[in-house]
Amino acid sequence: MYHSIVLVKQVPDTANITGNVMQDDGTVNRAKLPAVFNPEDRVALEMALRVKDQFGGKITAITMGPPRASDMLRECLYMGADQAILVSDRKFAGADTLATSYVLSEAVKKIGGFDFIFGGRQAIDGDTAQVGPQTSEKLHLPQITYLEEILSIEGRTVTARRKIEGGYEVVRCTLPVLVTVIKDAVEPRPFSARRVMSHKGAKSLLEIEKMAEGNSLLYVDQLVHEFESRGLFIKTLTMDDLKLDPERCGVAGSPTKVFKVESVVLSGGGREMVEPTKTGLGKLIDKLMDDHILG
Amino acid sequence: MGTMTSDVWVFIEQRSGKPADVSFELLCKGRKLAHAMGGSLKAVVLGDQMDGVVTETFRFGADEALVIEHPALKQYRTMPYGRILSDLIRIHSPRIVLFGATIIGRDLAPRVASATRSGLTADCTDLQIADVAYLRKEYKNLLLQIRPAFGGNIVATIITPENPVQMATVREGVMEMHPLDGAVAGRVTKIPYVPDPEDELVTIIEQHREENRVNLKAAPIIVAGGYGLGSKGNFKLVYDLAHALGGEVAGSRAAVDAGFVPPERQVGQTGVTVRPKLYIAVGISGAIQHRAGMQESNKIIAINTDPDAPIFGISHYGIVGDATEVVPRFIEVFRNKLK
Ligand SMILES: Cc1cc2nc3c(=O)[nH]c(=O)nc-3n(C[C@H](O)[C@H](O)[C@H](O)COP(=O)(O)OP(=O)(O)OC[C@H]3O[C@@H](n4cnc5c(N)ncnc54)[C@H](O)[C@@H]3O)c2cc1C
Ligand SMILES: Cc1cc2nc3c(=O)[nH]c(=O)nc-3n(C[C@H](O)[C@H](O)[C@H](O)COP(=O)(O)OP(=O)(O)OC[C@H]3O[C@@H](n4cnc5c(N)ncnc54)[C@H](O)[C@@H]3O)c2cc1C
Repeated sequence: MYHSIVLVKQVPDTANITGNVMQDDGTVNRAKLPAVFNPEDRVALEMALRVKDQFGGKITAITMGPPRASDMLRECLYMGADQAILVSDRKFAGADTLATSYVLSEAVKKIGGFDFIFGGRQAIDGDTAQVGPQTSEKLHLPQITYLEEILSIEGRTVTARRKIEGGYEVVRCTLPVLVTVIKDAVEPRPFSARRVMSHKGAKSLLEIEKMAEGNSLLYVDQLVHEFESRGLFIKTLTMDDLKLDPERCGVAGSPTKVFKVESVVLSGGGREMVEPTKTGLGKLIDKLMDDHILG
Repeated sequence: MGTMTSDVWVFIEQRSGKPADVSFELLCKGRKLAHAMGGSLKAVVLGDQMDGVVTETFRFGADEALVIEHPALKQYRTMPYGRILSDLIRIHSPRIVLFGATIIGRDLAPRVASATRSGLTADCTDLQIADVAYLRKEYKNLLLQIRPAFGGNIVATIITPENPVQMATVREGVMEMHPLDGAVAGRVTKIPYVPDPEDELVTIIEQHREENRVNLKAAPIIVAGGYGLGSKGNFKLVYDLAHALGGEVAGSRAAVDAGFVPPERQVGQTGVTVRPKLYIAVGISGAIQHRAGMQESNKIIAINTDPDAPIFGISHYGIVGDATEVVPRFIEVFRNKLK
């Protein structure tokens, strides 16, 4: 029996960026991009599910993000996660990877009692691949990044194959461990129809409050209780719940600052069109030879 | 942390004792950054019996090498490397620490940044020193860390204004690498390895690495073919042209996926980054992920049937035409010139 915590992130779908998403000042209009489940995080969840299928145990999916990330957490439940937690607070906004990993590591400590933490290697918006190792360091855990395959788990020891430059290596590690997986490691399973039926009503506190609109706080408490007992409550943890240092969260806790952003424009400077004829090509080749680039 | 310095450190990555090119590229860049700030350049070398590598770091501009040698450090492992580097940074407080954005660099750098609570910018394609005004404050000699993000659709300049240590990882192949002229000797500072039980939490059982036989990064001339060639048979024209010009063959991902050319020759975001003297793109549309790997080339020639193909936007010379006609003609004209 192993308890796996899976780090999941909702990201703008950067693979499908089109012209109208880029704003005149070169920034990306996130509101125009559909929010999706970070692809490698689905792979991480699948990896955790396979550990559970084989050895039993449970899976907790957590994300630090805005309230709309509940959509992705419901998808985690559809795939088979036992529990989903939204770590959310206005004060978390603008976090770089250091502040993100601080909040995530404190949330993980609060959850406690885990054997594995699974994450994606990289999120497709920030593309840094830093949050996994930083979370691991903050928890004083060993890490296996770029994991391709878990070869065996025996008691408190995991043996796994990870990618290295130009090949792979097999490593053995004592649990608990933080693992980041690459995209091709395993194929994530589709949502189970049965679980979609049973979990589509799962709600976060904010969503329950909306549902109870106009009713008393007592009623909200009662609803939360009801959702909880049916396993449909998406727990929310705030900065206060985790007793975090505000100086280490969000913008305040982020040493890196985005100073300038530019959209990628094609330079095209000094382009010269060459006729595809023998004369045209001849002139081009002469020029390249004169410049000592050819010949 | 000690007092703030103007020193630049480069983590020298080695795989089974063989240094990674990116480390030398970073030394060349690091030297310029150190000069701009009036500091010195230090190479941090971890491994076993690293004398040869240490000498090399001086050839690429290091003023000093901090060397930690022990059989336990022969292969890169996260725990000991992360711990040792973090401790050294806490003691000496360099102003800038650079890592290659390789698998090792991306495993190690975030761990070190977290332990020292430093900002870390990933995957930089350029680094500069500049005086910066940010939020009504003036900062002298800050590191501008320039990196693509959002899948390559934007370029962001990141700064870490309030941090004593500025850290970045840099992609392989984007910085130029040239050794200094003449013999140079630097200072060697050996630091003893003190084991820690946590070092052994992860052990390496076996390792398989295939030496990359093709070295695209070192090629002065590259002829790259794309999906536009249409077939493996037609792709032979790319090999013919490369052969005639004395260059290496490369391909786009679409060409690799179609089986026209082996994966180790893929140029781009998920392939190799190159900056040859001459890059000829044949039947390549010029998707952003491809451009990310070749747009720093000194001269770019594009051959494409579509006059609106994005590749023309970054080319110095554009040839609109069918590759199956233009390439043989190019070879013929070139051969005649050599006669
Ligand atoms: C243009 C731009 C450039 C940036 N550059 C940098 C930079 O150079 N350095 C820097 O420190 N920050 C940078 N950031 C900020 C960074 O994107 C955010 O800190 C982000 O919250 C996490 O980083 P990431 O997307 O790179 O995640 P990664 O580190 O790539 O994510 C790896 C894995 O960590 C887990 N994970 C990541 N975020 C969360 C989360 N919120 N909740 C749960 N799990 C999570 C997931 O499993 C994910 O697959 C940049 C942001 C932008 C918009
Ligand atoms: C996350 C991610 C990472 C990626 N990484 C990479 C990467 O590292 N490298 C990479 O290359 N791609 C990468 N891609 C793929 C990239 O987006 C493009 O799909 C790919 O580069 C297209 O290859 P192409 O130009 O050969 O093919 P196409 O886009 O199909 O272009 C073919 C071109 O050939 C021209 N043509 C057709 N017939 C002829 C003819 N007879 N003579 C001359 N021209 C002709 C056409 O006009 C067209 O411009 C990545 C994509 C993603 C999403």
